[in-house]
Amino acid sequence: MNQSIDYHAILPETILSATILLVLIADAFLSARRKWFTMPIGFVGTAAALVATLTLIGENRTTFDGMFVVDGFAVLFKTFFLAVALLVLLISLRYFRDGRFYQGEYYFLLLTSFLGCLLMPSSRDLLMLFISLELVSAPGFLIAAFRKSDPRSNEAGLKFFLIGVLSTAVMLYGMSLIYGVTGSLNLGEIATALSGPLPRGQETLVLAAILFVVAGFAFKVSAVPFQFWAPDTYEGAPVPVAAFLATASKAAGFAGLLQLMFVAFVNQHEFWTPIFAALSIATMTIGNLVALQQQQVVRLLAYSSIAQAGYMLLPFALVSSDMGVNQDAFAAAVTYILIYAIMTLGAFAVVIAMSRESRGLLISDFAGLGRRAGLLAFAMTVFMVSLAGIPPTAGFWAKFVVFGAAIERGGIGTVLAVIMIVNSVISLYYYLAVPRQMLFVEPEQDRPLMSPALVTAVTVITTVAVVAIGVWPELIARFPPLSTLVER
Amino acid sequence: MTWDNSAITIATLLPLAGALVITLVPRENEVTIRALGIVFTGAALIVAIAILVGFDYSGGSALQFELDTAWIPAISARFHVGIDGISLPLFVLTFAISFLCAVYTWRFVPSPGRAKGFLALMLVLETGMAGTFIAFDLILFFVFWELVLVPMYFLIGIWGSANREYAAIKFFLYTLFGSVFMLLGFLAMFFTAEPSTFDIVELQRYAQQGGFSQGFQLIVFGAVGLGFAVKVPMWPFHTWLPDAHTEAPTIGSVLLAAIMLKMGSYGFIRIALPILPYGAEKYAPWIGALAAIAIVYAALACLAQRDLKRLIAFSSVGHMGFVMLGIATLTPIGINAAIFGMVAHGVITGMLFFCVGSLYDRYHTREIAEIGGGVLQKLPYLGGVFAFVAIASLGLPGLAGFWGEVMALLSAFNPSSILDQAGHTLLFRVFMVAGGIGTILTAGYFLWMLQRVNMGTLPEKWREAGFGDVVAVEWVSWTPLLIATVALGLFPSLVFGVTQEPVEALARVLGGG
Repeated sequence: MNQSIDYHAILPETILSATILLVLIADAFLSARRKWFTMPIGFVGTAAALVATLTLIGENRTTFDGMFVVDGFAVLFKTFFLAVALLVLLISLRYFRDGRFYQGEYYFLLLTSFLGCLLMPSSRDLLMLFISLELVSAPGFLIAAFRKSDPRSNEAGLKFFLIGVLSTAVMLYGMSLIYGVTGSLNLGEIATALSGPLPRGQETLVLAAILFVVAGFAFKVSAVPFQFWAPDTYEGAPVPVAAFLATASKAAGFAGLLQLMFVAFVNQHEFWTPIFAALSIATMTIGNLVALQQQQVVRLLAYSSIAQAGYMLLPFALVSSDMGVNQDAFAAAVTYILIYAIMTLGAFAVVIAMSRESRGLLISDFAGLGRRAGLLAFAMTVFMVSLAGIPPTAGFWAKFVVFGAAIERGGIGTVLAVIMIVNSVISLYYYLAVPRQMLFVEPEQDRPLMSPALVTAVTVITTVAVVAIGVWPELIARFPPLSTLVER
Repeated sequence: MTWDNSAITIATLLPLAGALVITLVPRENEVTIRALGIVFTGAALIVAIAILVGFDYSGGSALQFELDTAWIPAISARFHVGIDGISLPLFVLTFAISFLCAVYTWRFVPSPGRAKGFLALMLVLETGMAGTFIAFDLILFFVFWELVLVPMYFLIGIWGSANREYAAIKFFLYTLFGSVFMLLGFLAMFFTAEPSTFDIVELQRYAQQGGFSQGFQLIVFGAVGLGFAVKVPMWPFHTWLPDAHTEAPTIGSVLLAAIMLKMGSYGFIRIALPILPYGAEKYAPWIGALAAIAIVYAALACLAQRDLKRLIAFSSVGHMGFVMLGIATLTPIGINAAIFGMVAHGVITGMLFFCVGSLYDRYHTREIAEIGGGVLQKLPYLGGVFAFVAIASLGLPGLAGFWGEVMALLSAFNPSSILDQAGHTLLFRVFMVAGGIGTILTAGYFLWMLQRVNMGTLPEKWREAGFGDVVAVEWVSWTPLLIATVALGLFPSLVFGVTQEPVEALARVLGGG
């Protein structure tokens, strides 16, 4: 046993952990009016962790007996999670300072969740995956219920908690079965053990175990039929928390799922690809059809995030014994997740600006925003058009790489691509509902909508990113193939 | 970067740059904004004219002003643009019409005002349309193709008339639905070709070596053709068009009719036919049949319209039917006729929408019965221009509308030899007869429309109305189109001279001639 620890490899996590403790301690000593100081502390610490992550680019390190790996895939996702953390911190400040919230505790819990996100792409072991996933979820249950005086927020937290715990239990059971059959927790070793035909008695056991594990992650990424919590939780939770759940938390689920399906269970793909095809079709179709009915903007974004999860699940259904296709499907899934998170985060930033004057956050509250806050309206239009996948925005390239992988796969891939196309055309209708209100309808009041500077900054950053990637996708196209998870 | 490889890119991106500049100007400076619109479309037009002058007419089938450079290496998409005899007329038309629209906007910004947003969107639209005609990479083509959707959606949705929201979303959903299938077709071509490429020229070369199997061509032509057919629009995918045209502001209708519809028929000529010749051969009778139906159906629909703008919109469906009939014959005459018809329709129908817009501007109604006749009495110049353009549109010899229609019919009499061998000649002659009946009906509805709008006595209620006749801005933006209508009618070789060579090259690829 190799007991030495590679401290460079775990530097980002170490820095973030220290920051989390610092936030908790600082909170105890700050006066009530200064509690918001915990946000800058968390921000600086997260930025430091980001810098530490960047020093790991190009590295390939393994520590803790192969449980924790730093490679291109891990660094890409860590960089992404930390960047999202910075943006979520920025949009949180005024929301939590102006409302009556426990600010220190919020930043503590939020960053703890992000710590789980950071661990996820490095986990190459069922136990680590489980711990990371729980570390993402558990603080999430609490901050979802942070609007304590509002029963809807309590409902949000409780619903999230109950469904979360249930699916975790199922997943843990599945993991224990896998361990029982293969005798290993390491993803690579599991893959080896599961290659080739399985002994007769074990076949059903393995397949059931895979199904259980997938179910656990399907909850995390809000795939149908595990999506029920998402709209209620997003709506009830504080808006920045909803932004976190829809982006980083969901991406963490996908980061784990990618490793399980493309590495550990890849040899059993004939069994589980049809399941993913069904999950993907059901998720995108139901998400889109229900989204058509929504009047409330957070619920709209919640159903949109469900539908988008369906598009992200599609590449999983393309896995075959052709490694070239697998590599492209993997890259497609990663690209989609990253781009999805950027545009969704931007949309939530606009919603936060809006939430300062509109409690209900109905879509009709956006009426005439083009007159009242041109920049926000423009940004929101860009995000909605991008979520619908219209060029020249980043969302188009996200869909494009998925289509590309699907057509390359042929057969089932083509069928899935056609279903996805029909869905993305349908989605255009509800995505345009928001710009329609903002630009086609005259405002009830002419008073300009003031947006906090930090929120505006996040809106501008994400808009620029969405347009820049849209015009020159090479910006992001270079990253996903970095992954060493799926070898050529 | 030299003039030769960057000229068309400059012309295409100038309007986009203009849109960015306009967004930076505070919205109170209305005059500056409108002036900037004219300056940028004008500058782009000047570059386009320089290209027109610098074009080597002896080598019309080769790509000129070509630029082929890396764009997104990760997915092998390149920034490959160029121009040949087929693109050139449409490319220049785009800049000419856009400039005239910007001039028109100097005086007429539709309700609810906001010239800033209006012009910025119009300029983005111009870049998208121009880019479509020069892109020689399928992905680049698709990006430009889709770039027009968002601005047009907002032009209709914000500045349109009563039913604008419905029309805008219908337009968007329909065209998007078609174009995503087109994208799937492009991807299928990419992965099937050896080596994988999105380059249109490379794909044509690969196709000529018989690279694409027959079954593949049938499926992919269907997918790609659906995208183009919705855009043209071919019957029965046309239903978005009357709504979009009717509700759009004048400038929107003009750009939609004059240029955007051509993107679909251009797509057939540029992509579907040369890359998928077997698919073209098998689908040709169907395209011809739909075109013939479109011609007759549109003419009958026109007879039933009460709304002037809707009538012109339906007439567009018919005219594009002639274009598609020409393409379906797969002959040099037919395809030449199609391109001529595209240009002529751009000039004439664009002008018709200007006239209807100006009539609406005075009468505040588009109902033929409301206007009630006597326009010639009340507004002699506007009525005169309207009559002239309507007569050009019905295909009077000597004016631009004539050549595209008559040659399309002529080509249907003798379709390509491959269609003849497949025994389709009789079928195409039936289409020709249907088209002929269509021309008679077209003359009928246009003359009847003129009779109801222009002739007759002026109704009592308009007697006292203080409408002004055609104003200077209108004359400036219309005169070039009126001149072009006559010039193209008298000298059809203005277009045929350029298109002849590349079209014959295309016909050789198609195996007929």
